[in-house]
Amino acid sequence: MKKIEAIIRKSKFEEVKKGLHDIGVNFFSYWDVTGVGNEKQGHVYRGVSYSTTDIQRRLVSIVISDDFLDKTLQVIFKTAYTGAVGDGKIFISTVEEAYRIRTQEGGTDSLN
Amino acid sequence: MEILTINNVWMMLCTALVFFMHLGFSLLEVGLTRQKNAINILFKNVFIICIGLLIYSLIGFNLMYPASFLYGIIPDYFLGLFGIQAPMVEGVLDLTYNEGYTFYTDFLFQGMFAATAATIVSGAVAERIKLSSFMIFAMLYLAIVYPIAGSWKWGGGFLDELGFYDFAGSTLVHSVGGWAALIGIYLLGARLGKFDKNGISQAIPGHNIPLATAGVFILWLGWFGFNGGSVLSADPSLTSITLVTTCLAAAAGGISAFLFSTFRYKNYDLTMFLNGILGGLVGITAGADQMSPTDAVLIGLVSGVIIVLGVALIDKLKLDDPVGAVPVHLICGIWGTLAVGIFGNLAGWDQFFKQLAGVGVIGAFCCISALLIFYTIKSTLGLRMDGLSETEGLDIHEHGMDAYAEFGAIQEK
Repeated sequence: MKKIEAIIRKSKFEEVKKGLHDIGVNFFSYWDVTGVGNEKQGHVYRGVSYSTTDIQRRLVSIVISDDFLDKTLQVIFKTAYTGAVGDGKIFISTVEEAYRIRTQEGGTDSLN
Repeated sequence: MEILTINNVWMMLCTALVFFMHLGFSLLEVGLTRQKNAINILFKNVFIICIGLLIYSLIGFNLMYPASFLYGIIPDYFLGLFGIQAPMVEGVLDLTYNEGYTFYTDFLFQGMFAATAATIVSGAVAERIKLSSFMIFAMLYLAIVYPIAGSWKWGGGFLDELGFYDFAGSTLVHSVGGWAALIGIYLLGARLGKFDKNGISQAIPGHNIPLATAGVFILWLGWFGFNGGSVLSADPSLTSITLVTTCLAAAAGGISAFLFSTFRYKNYDLTMFLNGILGGLVGITAGADQMSPTDAVLIGLVSGVIIVLGVALIDKLKLDDPVGAVPVHLICGIWGTLAVGIFGNLAGWDQFFKQLAGVGVIGAFCCISALLIFYTIKSTLGLRMDGLSETEGLDIHEHGMDAYAEFGAIQEK
Protein backbone atom coordinates (compact mmCIF):
# COMPACT_ATOMS: atom_id res chain seq x y z
CA MET A 1 0.00 0.00 0.00
CA LYS A 2 1.13 3.50 -0.76
CA LYS A 3 0.21 6.91 0.52
CA ILE A 4 0.16 9.75 -1.99
CA GLU A 5 0.30 13.25 -0.57
CA ALA A 6 -0.35 15.75 -3.30
CA ILE A 7 -0.15 19.49 -2.69
CA ILE A 8 -2.26 21.08 -5.38
CA ARG A 9 -3.92 24.36 -6.30
CA LYS A 10 -7.28 24.82 -4.62
CA SER A 11 -8.64 25.87 -7.99
CA LYS A 12 -7.75 22.45 -9.46
CA PHE A 13 -9.23 20.44 -6.59
CA GLU A 14 -12.59 19.70 -8.23
CA GLU A 15 -10.87 18.38 -11.37
CA VAL A 16 -8.51 16.20 -9.35
CA LYS A 17 -11.40 14.86 -7.29
CA LYS A 18 -13.41 13.99 -10.38
CA GLY A 19 -10.38 12.36 -12.01
CA LEU A 20 -9.80 10.21 -8.93
CA HIS A 21 -13.43 9.16 -8.80
CA ASP A 22 -13.30 8.24 -12.49
CA ILE A 23 -10.54 5.66 -11.90
CA GLY A 24 -12.25 4.30 -8.80
CA VAL A 25 -10.36 6.07 -6.04
CA ASN A 26 -13.28 7.04 -3.87
CA PHE A 27 -11.75 7.39 -0.44
CA PHE A 28 -9.29 10.13 0.43
CA SER A 29 -8.84 13.07 2.81
CA TYR A 30 -7.81 16.64 2.16
CA TRP A 31 -7.12 19.80 4.08
CA ASP A 32 -6.06 23.35 3.34
CA VAL A 33 -2.45 24.16 3.96
CA THR A 34 -0.21 27.21 3.88
CA GLY A 35 3.26 26.74 2.50
CA VAL A 36 6.31 28.62 1.37
CA GLY A 37 7.52 28.14 -2.16
CA ASN A 38 9.01 29.74 -5.25
CA GLU A 39 5.89 31.59 -6.19
CA LYS A 40 5.46 35.16 -4.98
CA GLN A 41 2.15 36.95 -4.65
CA GLY A 42 1.96 40.75 -4.72
CA HIS A 43 -0.40 42.50 -2.32
CA VAL A 44 -1.27 46.09 -1.46
CA TYR A 45 -2.95 47.01 1.82
CA ARG A 46 -3.81 50.63 2.52
CA GLY A 47 -1.11 51.85 0.16
CA VAL A 48 1.66 49.58 1.48
CA SER A 49 2.90 47.06 -1.09
CA TYR A 50 4.16 43.75 0.13
CA SER A 51 4.76 40.38 -1.39
CA THR A 52 4.45 37.11 0.34
CA THR A 53 5.78 33.66 -0.43
CA ASP A 54 3.16 32.20 1.90
CA ILE A 55 0.86 30.38 -0.46
CA GLN A 56 -2.50 28.74 0.16
CA ARG A 57 -2.77 25.22 -1.25
CA ARG A 58 -4.79 22.06 -0.67
CA LEU A 59 -3.17 18.83 0.48
CA VAL A 60 -4.83 15.62 -0.73
CA SER A 61 -3.88 12.44 1.12
CA ILE A 62 -4.72 9.21 -0.72
CA VAL A 63 -3.94 5.66 0.43
CA ILE A 64 -4.11 3.09 -2.39
CA SER A 65 -3.00 -0.42 -3.24
CA ASP A 66 0.30 -0.67 -5.11
CA ASP A 67 -1.26 -1.48 -8.48
CA PHE A 68 -3.27 1.76 -8.36
CA LEU A 69 -0.20 3.92 -7.87
CA ASP A 70 0.68 4.65 -11.47
CA LYS A 71 -2.92 5.29 -12.55
CA THR A 72 -3.48 7.67 -9.66
CA LEU A 73 -0.26 9.56 -10.32
CA GLN A 74 -1.17 10.04 -13.97
CA VAL A 75 -4.58 11.40 -13.00
CA ILE A 76 -3.05 13.98 -10.66
CA PHE A 77 -0.38 14.95 -13.20
CA LYS A 78 -3.09 15.57 -15.73
CA THR A 79 -5.81 17.22 -13.64
CA ALA A 80 -3.66 19.39 -11.34
CA TYR A 81 -1.59 20.83 -14.20
CA THR A 82 -1.64 24.45 -15.34
CA GLY A 83 1.96 24.82 -16.47
CA ALA A 84 2.67 27.84 -14.25
CA VAL A 85 5.01 27.90 -11.25
CA GLY A 86 3.17 26.64 -8.19
CA ASP A 87 1.29 23.64 -9.53
CA GLY A 88 2.44 21.73 -6.48
CA LYS A 89 4.25 18.57 -5.45
CA ILE A 90 3.55 14.89 -4.89
CA PHE A 91 5.09 12.73 -2.16
CA ILE A 92 4.75 8.96 -2.02
CA SER A 93 5.43 6.76 0.97
CA THR A 94 4.78 3.18 1.97
CA VAL A 95 1.93 2.38 4.34
CA GLU A 96 2.40 -0.64 6.58
CA GLU A 97 -1.14 -1.45 7.59
CA ALA A 98 -4.68 -0.24 7.02
CA TYR A 99 -7.86 -1.21 8.88
CA ARG A 100 -11.53 -0.46 8.62
CA ILE A 101 -12.73 0.40 12.11
CA ARG A 102 -16.26 -0.95 11.73
CA THR A 103 -15.33 -4.49 10.63
CA GLN A 104 -11.71 -4.57 11.72
CA GLU A 105 -10.82 -6.02 8.31
CA GLY A 106 -7.28 -5.20 7.20
CA GLY A 107 -5.23 -4.90 4.03
CA THR A 108 -6.23 -3.41 0.70
CA ASP A 109 -9.85 -4.45 1.17
CA SER A 110 -10.19 -1.78 3.81
CA LEU A 111 -9.25 1.02 1.43
CA ASN A 112 -12.49 1.51 -0.41
CA MET B 1 -48.00 69.41 22.75
CA GLU B 2 -48.20 67.82 19.30
CA ILE B 3 -45.08 69.64 18.18
CA LEU B 4 -43.22 68.33 21.18
CA THR B 5 -44.44 64.81 20.52
CA ILE B 6 -43.30 64.82 16.91
CA ASN B 7 -39.99 66.47 17.65
CA ASN B 8 -39.35 64.23 20.60
CA VAL B 9 -40.06 61.06 18.66
CA TRP B 10 -37.60 62.13 15.99
CA MET B 11 -34.95 62.91 18.60
CA MET B 12 -35.42 59.55 20.30
CA LEU B 13 -35.13 57.79 16.95
CA CYS B 14 -31.90 59.67 16.29
CA THR B 15 -30.68 58.76 19.76
CA ALA B 16 -31.19 55.10 18.91
CA LEU B 17 -29.32 55.53 15.61
CA VAL B 18 -26.35 57.15 17.36
CA PHE B 19 -26.37 54.27 19.85
CA PHE B 20 -26.20 51.89 16.88
CA MET B 21 -23.01 53.64 15.72
CA HIS B 22 -21.21 51.96 18.59
CA LEU B 23 -21.80 48.62 16.89
CA GLY B 24 -20.49 50.16 13.69
CA PHE B 25 -17.30 51.33 15.40
CA SER B 26 -16.88 47.92 17.04
CA LEU B 27 -17.18 46.02 13.77
CA LEU B 28 -14.95 48.42 11.87
CA GLU B 29 -12.23 48.26 14.50
CA VAL B 30 -12.34 44.50 14.98
CA GLY B 31 -12.34 43.95 11.22
CA LEU B 32 -9.28 46.09 10.54
CA THR B 33 -7.17 44.51 13.27
CA ARG B 34 -5.87 41.00 13.83
CA GLN B 35 -7.65 37.90 15.04
CA LYS B 36 -5.49 37.59 18.14
CA ASN B 37 -6.77 40.94 19.50
CA ALA B 38 -10.45 40.67 18.60
CA ILE B 39 -11.81 40.17 22.13
CA ASN B 40 -9.67 43.02 23.40
CA ILE B 41 -10.94 45.59 20.93
CA LEU B 42 -14.56 44.55 21.36
CA PHE B 43 -14.15 44.70 25.13
CA LYS B 44 -12.99 48.30 24.87
CA ASN B 45 -15.95 49.24 22.68
CA VAL B 46 -18.44 47.59 25.01
CA PHE B 47 -16.81 49.27 27.99
CA ILE B 48 -16.95 52.72 26.42
CA ILE B 49 -20.66 52.84 25.74
CA CYS B 50 -21.48 51.56 29.24
CA ILE B 51 -19.10 53.74 31.20
CA GLY B 52 -19.70 56.66 28.84
CA LEU B 53 -23.41 56.78 29.64
CA LEU B 54 -22.83 56.44 33.37
CA ILE B 55 -20.17 59.14 33.46
CA TYR B 56 -22.28 61.43 31.32
CA SER B 57 -25.18 61.12 33.72
CA LEU B 58 -22.91 61.62 36.71
CA ILE B 59 -21.01 64.68 35.56
CA GLY B 60 -20.69 65.06 31.79
CA PHE B 61 -24.12 66.39 30.91
CA ASN B 62 -24.20 69.18 33.47
CA LEU B 63 -20.59 70.04 32.80
CA MET B 64 -21.30 70.38 29.09
CA TYR B 65 -24.45 72.50 29.49
CA PRO B 66 -23.73 74.77 32.45
CA ALA B 67 -25.74 77.87 33.18
CA SER B 68 -22.62 79.98 33.44
CA PHE B 69 -18.84 79.91 33.21
CA LEU B 70 -16.13 80.80 35.71
CA TYR B 71 -13.59 83.17 34.14
CA GLY B 72 -15.41 82.59 30.88
CA ILE B 73 -13.97 79.14 30.29
CA ILE B 74 -14.63 76.82 33.23
CA PRO B 75 -18.18 75.46 33.24
CA ASP B 76 -19.78 76.53 36.50
CA TYR B 77 -20.62 73.04 37.54
CA PHE B 78 -18.51 70.65 39.47
CA LEU B 79 -19.34 67.54 41.36
CA GLY B 80 -23.05 68.11 41.42
CA LEU B 81 -24.27 64.57 41.91
CA PHE B 82 -26.19 62.96 39.14
CA GLY B 83 -26.41 65.48 36.39
CA ILE B 84 -29.85 64.37 35.34
CA GLN B 85 -31.48 65.55 38.53
CA ALA B 86 -32.00 69.22 37.90
CA PRO B 87 -35.21 69.93 35.97
CA MET B 88 -36.75 66.63 36.93
CA VAL B 89 -37.02 67.88 40.45
CA GLU B 90 -39.42 70.48 39.14
CA GLY B 91 -41.32 67.76 37.32
CA VAL B 92 -40.78 69.49 34.03
CA LEU B 93 -41.36 67.24 31.08
CA ASP B 94 -43.06 69.62 28.68
CA LEU B 95 -42.35 72.54 26.39
CA THR B 96 -40.88 74.63 29.17
CA TYR B 97 -37.61 72.72 28.78
CA ASN B 98 -37.39 72.96 25.01
CA GLU B 99 -39.70 72.92 22.02
CA GLY B 100 -37.65 70.16 20.41
CA TYR B 101 -37.46 67.47 23.03
CA THR B 102 -37.67 66.72 26.70
CA PHE B 103 -34.86 66.93 29.16
CA TYR B 104 -34.47 63.16 29.25
CA THR B 105 -34.22 62.89 25.48
CA ASP B 106 -31.62 65.63 25.48
CA PHE B 107 -29.55 63.80 28.07
CA LEU B 108 -29.68 60.47 26.26
CA PHE B 109 -28.95 61.91 22.82
CA GLN B 110 -25.93 63.83 24.11
CA GLY B 111 -24.79 60.85 26.15
CA MET B 112 -24.64 58.65 23.05
CA PHE B 113 -22.55 61.36 21.39
CA ALA B 114 -20.12 61.60 24.27
CA ALA B 115 -19.19 57.94 24.14
CA THR B 116 -18.29 58.12 20.43
CA ALA B 117 -15.41 60.48 21.19
CA ALA B 118 -13.61 57.83 23.26
CA THR B 119 -14.42 55.07 20.80
CA ILE B 120 -12.40 56.92 18.17
CA VAL B 121 -9.31 56.57 20.37
CA SER B 122 -9.83 52.86 20.90
CA GLY B 123 -9.28 51.97 17.24
CA ALA B 124 -6.09 53.99 16.87
CA VAL B 125 -4.35 52.56 19.94
CA ALA B 126 -5.52 49.01 19.23
CA GLU B 127 -3.43 45.87 19.48
CA ARG B 128 -0.84 47.21 21.91
CA ILE B 129 -2.35 49.34 24.69
CA LYS B 130 -2.98 47.92 28.15
CA LEU B 131 -6.69 47.47 28.72
CA SER B 132 -6.65 48.99 32.21
CA SER B 133 -4.68 52.02 31.05
CA PHE B 134 -7.06 52.57 28.18
CA MET B 135 -10.09 52.34 30.45
CA ILE B 136 -8.66 54.92 32.85
CA PHE B 137 -7.87 57.23 29.97
CA ALA B 138 -11.32 56.87 28.45
CA MET B 139 -13.04 57.62 31.76
CA LEU B 140 -11.01 60.76 32.44
CA TYR B 141 -11.32 62.00 28.88
CA LEU B 142 -15.09 61.45 28.86
CA ALA B 143 -15.63 62.92 32.31
CA ILE B 144 -13.62 66.10 31.87
CA VAL B 145 -12.17 66.87 28.46
CA TYR B 146 -15.10 66.08 26.16
CA PRO B 147 -17.73 67.97 28.20
CA ILE B 148 -15.57 71.04 28.75
CA ALA B 149 -14.63 71.24 25.06
CA GLY B 150 -18.30 70.83 24.17
CA SER B 151 -19.44 73.44 26.67
CA TRP B 152 -17.42 76.13 24.93
CA LYS B 153 -19.64 75.83 21.88
CA TRP B 154 -22.77 73.78 22.51
CA GLY B 155 -23.01 74.84 26.16
CA GLY B 156 -23.05 78.49 25.18
CA GLY B 157 -19.40 79.23 25.99
CA PHE B 158 -16.94 81.67 24.44
CA LEU B 159 -16.59 79.84 21.10
CA ASP B 160 -20.34 80.06 20.68
CA GLU B 161 -20.26 83.77 21.41
CA LEU B 162 -17.42 84.16 18.95
CA GLY B 163 -19.60 82.73 16.16
CA PHE B 164 -17.73 79.46 15.73
CA TYR B 165 -19.99 76.98 13.95
CA ASP B 166 -19.98 73.23 14.47
CA PHE B 167 -23.36 71.73 13.64
CA ALA B 168 -22.95 68.13 14.78
CA GLY B 169 -19.38 67.90 15.94
CA SER B 170 -16.68 67.67 13.26
CA THR B 171 -14.53 69.41 15.84
CA LEU B 172 -16.36 68.90 19.13
CA VAL B 173 -16.75 65.14 18.76
CA HIS B 174 -14.53 63.84 15.97
CA SER B 175 -11.51 66.06 16.39
CA VAL B 176 -11.75 65.79 20.17
CA GLY B 177 -11.43 62.04 19.76
CA GLY B 178 -8.94 62.39 16.91
CA TRP B 179 -6.49 64.55 18.87
CA ALA B 180 -6.46 62.04 21.70
CA ALA B 181 -5.92 59.26 19.16
CA LEU B 182 -2.94 61.14 17.73
CA ILE B 183 -1.36 61.77 21.14
CA GLY B 184 -2.07 58.16 22.11
CA ILE B 185 -0.36 56.57 19.13
CA TYR B 186 2.57 58.98 19.48
CA LEU B 187 3.18 58.00 23.12
CA LEU B 188 2.52 54.31 22.53
CA GLY B 189 4.72 53.76 19.52
CA ALA B 190 3.95 51.50 16.59
CA ARG B 191 2.89 47.88 16.84
CA LEU B 192 5.76 45.40 16.69
CA GLY B 193 6.46 44.66 13.06
CA LYS B 194 4.73 47.75 11.69
CA PHE B 195 8.07 49.29 10.68
CA ASP B 196 11.08 47.20 9.72
CA LYS B 197 14.58 48.06 10.91
CA ASN B 198 14.99 50.53 8.06
CA GLY B 199 11.81 52.27 9.12
CA ILE B 200 9.86 51.07 6.10
CA SER B 201 6.14 50.70 6.77
CA GLN B 202 4.86 47.13 6.61
CA ALA B 203 1.31 46.02 5.94
CA ILE B 204 -0.55 44.39 8.83
CA PRO B 205 -3.81 43.41 7.14
CA GLY B 206 -7.02 43.37 9.13
CA HIS B 207 -8.49 39.94 9.74
CA ASN B 208 -12.10 40.43 8.74
CA ILE B 209 -12.83 42.94 6.00
CA PRO B 210 -16.50 41.83 5.68
CA LEU B 211 -17.08 42.85 9.31
CA ALA B 212 -15.34 46.17 8.69
CA THR B 213 -17.65 46.73 5.72
CA ALA B 214 -20.71 45.99 7.83
CA GLY B 215 -19.34 48.44 10.40
CA VAL B 216 -19.10 51.25 7.86
CA PHE B 217 -22.65 50.71 6.60
CA ILE B 218 -23.89 50.76 10.18
CA LEU B 219 -21.93 53.94 10.88
CA TRP B 220 -23.41 55.56 7.79
CA LEU B 221 -26.89 54.61 8.98
CA GLY B 222 -26.03 55.90 12.45
CA TRP B 223 -25.02 59.21 10.92
CA PHE B 224 -28.67 59.78 9.91
CA GLY B 225 -29.18 60.19 13.64
CA PHE B 226 -25.88 61.89 14.41
CA ASN B 227 -26.51 64.71 11.93
CA GLY B 228 -30.28 64.41 11.62
CA GLY B 229 -30.69 64.63 15.38
CA SER B 230 -28.36 67.59 15.61
CA VAL B 231 -31.13 69.66 14.05
CA LEU B 232 -32.56 69.27 17.58
CA SER B 233 -36.10 69.12 16.26
CA ALA B 234 -38.03 67.40 13.50
CA ASP B 235 -38.08 70.57 11.39
CA PRO B 236 -38.94 69.19 7.93
CA SER B 237 -36.74 71.40 5.78
CA LEU B 238 -33.68 71.24 8.03
CA THR B 239 -33.80 67.51 8.67
CA SER B 240 -34.29 66.67 5.01
CA ILE B 241 -31.45 68.87 3.72
CA THR B 242 -29.23 67.58 6.50
CA LEU B 243 -29.78 63.96 5.56
CA VAL B 244 -29.25 64.73 1.88
CA THR B 245 -25.96 66.55 2.46
CA THR B 246 -24.83 63.82 4.86
CA CYS B 247 -25.45 61.01 2.39
CA LEU B 248 -24.05 62.85 -0.64
CA ALA B 249 -20.85 63.68 1.24
CA ALA B 250 -20.48 60.06 2.35
CA ALA B 251 -20.95 58.80 -1.21
CA ALA B 252 -18.58 61.39 -2.68
CA GLY B 253 -15.97 60.69 0.01
CA GLY B 254 -16.06 56.99 -0.75
CA ILE B 255 -15.83 57.44 -4.51
CA SER B 256 -13.01 59.94 -4.36
CA ALA B 257 -10.96 57.82 -1.91
CA PHE B 258 -11.53 54.78 -4.12
CA LEU B 259 -10.50 56.60 -7.30
CA PHE B 260 -7.57 58.42 -5.76
CA SER B 261 -6.13 55.34 -4.03
CA THR B 262 -6.59 53.26 -7.19
CA PHE B 263 -4.79 55.93 -9.18
CA ARG B 264 -2.00 56.15 -6.60
CA TYR B 265 -1.48 52.51 -5.66
CA LYS B 266 -2.87 50.66 -8.69
CA ASN B 267 -5.22 48.45 -6.70
CA TYR B 268 -8.86 48.62 -5.68
CA ASP B 269 -8.43 48.89 -1.92
CA LEU B 270 -11.75 48.33 -0.16
CA THR B 271 -10.44 49.60 3.19
CA MET B 272 -9.59 52.96 1.62
CA PHE B 273 -13.05 53.06 0.06
CA LEU B 274 -14.57 52.44 3.50
CA ASN B 275 -12.40 55.06 5.20
CA GLY B 276 -13.32 57.49 2.43
CA ILE B 277 -17.02 57.11 3.23
CA LEU B 278 -16.31 57.86 6.89
CA GLY B 279 -14.10 60.80 5.91
CA GLY B 280 -16.95 62.26 3.88
CA LEU B 281 -19.33 61.80 6.81
CA VAL B 282 -16.99 63.48 9.28
CA GLY B 283 -16.29 66.25 6.76
CA ILE B 284 -19.93 67.20 6.30
CA THR B 285 -20.78 67.00 10.00
CA ALA B 286 -19.72 70.55 10.90
CA GLY B 287 -21.96 72.18 8.30
CA ALA B 288 -24.52 69.57 7.31
CA ASP B 289 -27.42 72.02 7.66
CA GLN B 290 -25.62 74.92 5.94
CA MET B 291 -24.57 73.26 2.72
CA SER B 292 -26.23 72.79 -0.64
CA PRO B 293 -26.10 69.30 -2.11
CA THR B 294 -23.34 70.45 -4.46
CA ASP B 295 -21.30 71.84 -1.56
CA ALA B 296 -21.73 68.52 0.21
CA VAL B 297 -20.41 66.58 -2.77
CA LEU B 298 -17.38 68.89 -3.00
CA ILE B 299 -16.66 68.53 0.72
CA GLY B 300 -16.95 64.76 0.37
CA LEU B 301 -14.65 64.64 -2.65
CA VAL B 302 -11.94 66.55 -0.81
CA SER B 303 -12.41 64.34 2.27
CA GLY B 304 -11.77 61.22 0.21
CA VAL B 305 -8.47 62.58 -1.09
CA ILE B 306 -7.53 63.65 2.46
CA ILE B 307 -8.08 60.08 3.66
CA VAL B 308 -5.68 58.55 1.15
CA LEU B 309 -3.01 61.21 1.73
CA GLY B 310 -3.63 61.12 5.50
CA VAL B 311 -3.07 57.37 5.75
CA ALA B 312 0.21 57.80 3.84
CA LEU B 313 1.20 60.75 6.05
CA ILE B 314 0.67 58.78 9.26
CA ASP B 315 2.95 56.06 7.86
CA LYS B 316 5.55 58.63 6.87
CA LEU B 317 5.55 60.08 10.39
CA LYS B 318 6.28 56.56 11.72
CA LEU B 319 2.99 56.54 13.57
CA ASP B 320 0.77 53.49 13.61
CA ASP B 321 -2.98 53.88 13.30
CA PRO B 322 -4.45 50.46 12.43
CA VAL B 323 -7.93 51.70 11.55
CA GLY B 324 -7.17 55.14 10.11
CA ALA B 325 -8.82 57.01 12.99
CA VAL B 326 -6.55 60.05 12.70
CA PRO B 327 -7.13 60.71 8.99
CA VAL B 328 -10.86 60.06 9.33
CA HIS B 329 -11.74 61.82 12.56
CA LEU B 330 -8.98 64.36 13.12
CA ILE B 331 -7.92 65.48 9.66
CA CYS B 332 -11.36 65.27 8.06
CA GLY B 333 -12.82 66.79 11.23
CA ILE B 334 -10.57 69.82 10.81
CA TRP B 335 -11.33 69.97 7.10
CA GLY B 336 -15.08 69.80 7.70
CA THR B 337 -14.92 72.55 10.31
CA LEU B 338 -12.93 74.85 8.03
CA ALA B 339 -15.22 73.97 5.11
CA VAL B 340 -18.04 75.86 6.89
CA GLY B 341 -16.08 79.02 6.11
CA ILE B 342 -15.51 77.99 2.49
CA PHE B 343 -18.81 76.52 1.30
CA GLY B 344 -22.48 77.05 2.05
CA ASN B 345 -24.55 79.73 3.75
CA LEU B 346 -21.86 80.93 6.16
CA ALA B 347 -18.95 81.02 3.71
CA GLY B 348 -16.61 83.98 4.05
CA TRP B 349 -13.20 84.97 5.40
CA ASP B 350 -14.68 86.19 8.64
CA GLN B 351 -16.33 82.83 9.30
CA PHE B 352 -13.26 80.95 8.08
CA PHE B 353 -11.09 82.59 10.74
CA LYS B 354 -13.68 81.89 13.41
CA GLN B 355 -13.63 78.25 12.35
CA LEU B 356 -9.84 78.28 12.43
CA ALA B 357 -9.91 79.75 15.93
CA GLY B 358 -12.28 77.02 17.09
CA VAL B 359 -10.11 74.28 15.60
CA GLY B 360 -7.04 75.80 17.27
CA VAL B 361 -8.58 76.30 20.70
CA ILE B 362 -10.15 72.85 20.85
CA GLY B 363 -7.01 71.29 19.38
CA ALA B 364 -4.72 72.89 21.93
CA PHE B 365 -7.02 72.00 24.83
CA CYS B 366 -7.41 68.38 23.71
CA CYS B 367 -3.73 67.86 22.95
CA ILE B 368 -2.61 69.24 26.30
CA SER B 369 -5.25 67.29 28.23
CA ALA B 370 -4.64 64.05 26.36
CA LEU B 371 -0.89 64.44 26.74
CA LEU B 372 -1.29 65.07 30.46
CA ILE B 373 -3.55 62.06 31.02
CA PHE B 374 -1.69 59.65 28.76
CA TYR B 375 1.71 60.74 30.07
CA THR B 376 0.65 60.34 33.69
CA ILE B 377 -0.65 56.85 32.97
CA LYS B 378 2.50 56.00 31.02
CA SER B 379 4.78 57.00 33.86
CA THR B 380 2.75 55.22 36.54
CA LEU B 381 0.85 52.19 35.28
CA GLY B 382 2.48 51.99 31.89
CA LEU B 383 0.61 52.27 28.61
CA ARG B 384 1.87 49.39 26.58
CA MET B 385 1.68 45.62 26.78
CA ASP B 386 4.97 43.73 26.96
CA GLY B 387 6.38 42.31 23.74
CA LEU B 388 5.41 38.70 24.36
CA SER B 389 1.77 39.56 25.06
CA GLU B 390 1.64 41.75 22.00
CA THR B 391 3.15 39.05 19.80
CA GLU B 392 0.92 36.27 21.08
CA GLY B 393 -2.14 38.46 21.27
CA LEU B 394 -3.97 40.52 23.87
CA ASP B 395 -6.91 38.13 23.85
CA ILE B 396 -5.00 35.35 25.50
CA HIS B 397 -2.86 37.55 27.75
CA GLU B 398 -5.39 40.15 28.90
CA HIS B 399 -8.54 38.07 28.72
CA GLY B 400 -7.55 34.41 28.56
CA MET B 401 -10.10 34.05 25.78
CA ASP B 402 -10.22 33.20 22.12
CA ALA B 403 -12.55 35.13 19.82
CA TYR B 404 -13.05 32.22 17.44
CA ALA B 405 -12.59 29.25 19.74
CA GLU B 406 -13.67 26.56 17.29
CA PHE B 407 -12.05 27.94 14.17
CA GLY B 408 -8.52 26.82 14.92
CA ALA B 409 -6.74 28.11 17.98
CA ILE B 410 -4.03 30.62 17.30
CA GLN B 411 -2.20 29.94 20.53
CA GLU B 412 -0.27 26.90 21.51
CA LYS B 413 -0.96 26.28 25.14
